[in-house]
Amino acid sequence: MELTLWTYEGPPHVGALRIATSMEGVHYVLHAPQGDTYADLLFTMIERRDKRPPVTYTTFQARDLGGDTAELVKRSINQAVERFQPEALLVGESCTAELIQDQPGALAAGMALGGIPVVSLDLPAYSKKENWGAAETLYQLVRGLLKDQIPPPGTPAPSAQRWQQEGRRPRVNLLGPSLLGFRCRDDIREITGLLDRCGIDVAVVAPMGARPADLQRIPTADANVCLYPEIAAPVCSWLERSFGMATVRTVPIGIGATIAFIEELCGLVGLEPPHFDEPSRLPWYSRSVDSTYLTSKRVFIFGDATHAIAAAKIASQELGFQVVGLGSYSRELAREVRAAAKELGLEAIITDDYLAVEKAMAEASPELVLGTQMERHSAKRLGVPCAVISSPLHVQDVPARYSPQMGWEGANVIFDSWVHPLMMGLEEHLIGMFRHDFEFVDGHRSHLGEGAPTQTSEPQAQATPAQAPPAAPTATLEGLVWSADGEAELAKIPFFVRSKVRRNTETYARERQLQVIDSETLYEAKAHLSR
Amino acid sequence: MGASTLAEAMANPMLDGVLDAGPKVAPPLEILKESGQREVFCGLTSIVWLHRRMPDAFFLVVGSRTCAHLVQSAAGVMIFAEPRFGTAILGERDLAGLADANEELDRLVKELLARRPEIRTLFLVGSCPSEVIKLDLAKAAERLNRQLLGQVTVLNYSGSGIETTFTQGEDQALVAMTPLMPTSDEPQLLIAGTLADAVEDRLVDLFGRMGVGAVRSLPPRRSTELPPVGKGTKVLLAQPFLSATARALIARGAELIPAPYPLGVEGSRDWMAAGAAACGVAPAQVAAVLDPLVERGRHAIAPHRETLAGKRLFLLPDSQLELSLARFLSRECGMELVEVGTPYLDRQLLVSELDLLPAGTQISEGQDVERQLDRVRRAKPDLVVCGLGLANPLEAEGIATKWSIELVFSPIHGCDQAGDLAELFARPLRRRSLLSFTA
Repeated sequence: MELTLWTYEGPPHVGALRIATSMEGVHYVLHAPQGDTYADLLFTMIERRDKRPPVTYTTFQARDLGGDTAELVKRSINQAVERFQPEALLVGESCTAELIQDQPGALAAGMALGGIPVVSLDLPAYSKKENWGAAETLYQLVRGLLKDQIPPPGTPAPSAQRWQQEGRRPRVNLLGPSLLGFRCRDDIREITGLLDRCGIDVAVVAPMGARPADLQRIPTADANVCLYPEIAAPVCSWLERSFGMATVRTVPIGIGATIAFIEELCGLVGLEPPHFDEPSRLPWYSRSVDSTYLTSKRVFIFGDATHAIAAAKIASQELGFQVVGLGSYSRELAREVRAAAKELGLEAIITDDYLAVEKAMAEASPELVLGTQMERHSAKRLGVPCAVISSPLHVQDVPARYSPQMGWEGANVIFDSWVHPLMMGLEEHLIGMFRHDFEFVDGHRSHLGEGAPTQTSEPQAQATPAQAPPAAPTATLEGLVWSADGEAELAKIPFFVRSKVRRNTETYARERQLQVIDSETLYEAKAHLSR
Repeated sequence: MGASTLAEAMANPMLDGVLDAGPKVAPPLEILKESGQREVFCGLTSIVWLHRRMPDAFFLVVGSRTCAHLVQSAAGVMIFAEPRFGTAILGERDLAGLADANEELDRLVKELLARRPEIRTLFLVGSCPSEVIKLDLAKAAERLNRQLLGQVTVLNYSGSGIETTFTQGEDQALVAMTPLMPTSDEPQLLIAGTLADAVEDRLVDLFGRMGVGAVRSLPPRRSTELPPVGKGTKVLLAQPFLSATARALIARGAELIPAPYPLGVEGSRDWMAAGAAACGVAPAQVAAVLDPLVERGRHAIAPHRETLAGKRLFLLPDSQLELSLARFLSRECGMELVEVGTPYLDRQLLVSELDLLPAGTQISEGQDVERQLDRVRRAKPDLVVCGLGLANPLEAEGIATKWSIELVFSPIHGCDQAGDLAELFARPLRRRSLLSFTA
């Protein structure tokens, strides 16, 4: 038993729902009690979907439990097939149905459903979570639809360069994009365009937008691109094993990763990578002088593994930030996250406890947080700017405009959305210069979209330095005392670094077992820390 | 409060003739009873407003990851640093019997209370999985109460989807509190059902002006300050979904005052008048206080009535407020009722509402969502009241909708709120007339 106040991932059947709802022509019969239909609103509200998810919930109640819930499952399957006439049927159960053991998959297998492919989903609700459920569902669905096409053992793997003999362009599948994933809709468009410029066609995109018949065309491609490993890694591995299809595993988020992706893919299919003439503005924007203020900005990163790892690389290499924390809730990919953290001299935070993440965030005292919607709220509480880089989503993470994360345009989007929450360089410089002017409202945070955090009712313009009340001595919890002149000196430091200076100075004082922090201590600490 | 009592309450929602003060049994009605897929929340969802009502209480769902995900999806939990509700998620070890679920629960409760020392009442909330594996939360509450030596009161109820629909979760939570209410036969008016604090203050003030001094509320604002109950207690239900609570209060000697519910000017006036009359206030005094409110409330509704009058309304089952809303929207806003769906119809508690609905109103109880949506499409209503899972899909089909969940989170009770309540329904229609995407 585990106490959860908020969870990054839903149960595994929600992952299955994501696959079913991402596709066309699939229907999911879910053996579940009243209330589990809440999952529909994830799609209709967060994703603003204009259609109901293709799910039939059996909606059993307490009074059904004494009777024949298996009959209810069969009735629901029959009604769903008759009404929706799906091209493939998923049958599964939610956590409660798992306990009553009606085995809806086996029931469906015994029914005459006019030859519709039926995929039975066995998603252990008490040990697995949403992304695992999505990955397993995609894998089972692809496996179920392709089982008749599996070549006999010993068949040599098809060459990823056979397009050269077949008189066509090379083609690949894009696997993994799904609803409630981060910016998948726009990533597909960006990567499809990028591949087109490389001379590569897209055979199948799945699950997003695919029909069951499309999944059956997967083996016609020369290779698979595992765009979102959380969802597509198991199915890509199975296609490798069963069909000998090669997988491109580089995720093209960021400039370096996009270049590596193009090289990996072109190398695989035997194409010369094309020359892209300054395809993204990120490198120049990052080199331009205004960006000097980005240097070594402390950034804390948490999200799904794919987006967190990509963010760490972009932050450290392409924007010159200092990554001070890196973690993920994706336990299935914890090893990869740990490796990425180790490269940055960090220990990865692998947890699904958002309070532990918030605590690590506070301890790292970042200047920017890149996280999920949960970290956005945590960062808000800590007064740190934040950009969302990963699911779980809020409705505002499904923007109307084109805003991919992948490829060249994705890098542009990332530059803007990570840098805009920070103060622009020149602006930061000016605030430092003019902060003693009486017109200046301390705590003014420019375009961050919030008012000044304190003293909103007092007429600020009158609080000239001369009239400002003298600083009073203060004490920390463990009895460390800030003298009045120490506080006064601290007040001269720009507000946006003040809390960090306070913390650093207190750490310095504690290490030296000082009782009182005065202005001298502050300067000693500054000198010590800048060494 | 065990499963048997609940099941009993569900199977027989009538109050078994204990309501002798009320009008005679409602006239026979044509009611469409349906069963099938239900597009509704389970009772766990009511934690969202209950925990706000009682800031010293914590609601611990004993359930699965689905329960946790449901409550956070329904509540937008992320805005809280540490919400006063959470889920004890059952794991494989608990189910396989490798870990004693009771010991695990005790451990977790103690950790939680050590972290949140300000909590005075802990509700253990049963869920579908805990009910199915027959985890006895009543016994767990008893055991924890012994161990915690009165520092924290531990109560339990079921909010499971197999037994409760949405607002019935509040009904069960209130029932769990009734045994702790002190006994007193002093005359008092007891308002049962969560109201927004400001609305409650206003209603208490109005009763005071009519001369009813002793007005108390269940649930109280502080979980430890439970109102007394006894022979002198007159109960006025603020919400129509409190069947089991009404029964429990009657069993403690209270008298239930039949009235329509305080939605809209008419319902609110009749509700307050019934409460005042039961406390012996003269009609002239009631009129002196309420007539100006009625007048003002009607003025507030008038502009929205212009938008709503003659428009055809279809209510899908959700909060059990549907009959009261239908009564308000037809009688005070001039809407035509196509179908009034409700998850359950407790005729005894809704007799006053049924009397006020236009003759021949199509009421449906339960749901088969596909068939109901077929009826919606055939009827082409001007406005559909429905849950969040259905709203955008219906809008995309060209049908205007009003999210029903707003009706349980917004202050809508009382004469002073009637204009706001009408506005909630007028807004989607006004918005449609505002938008234009042509040159």
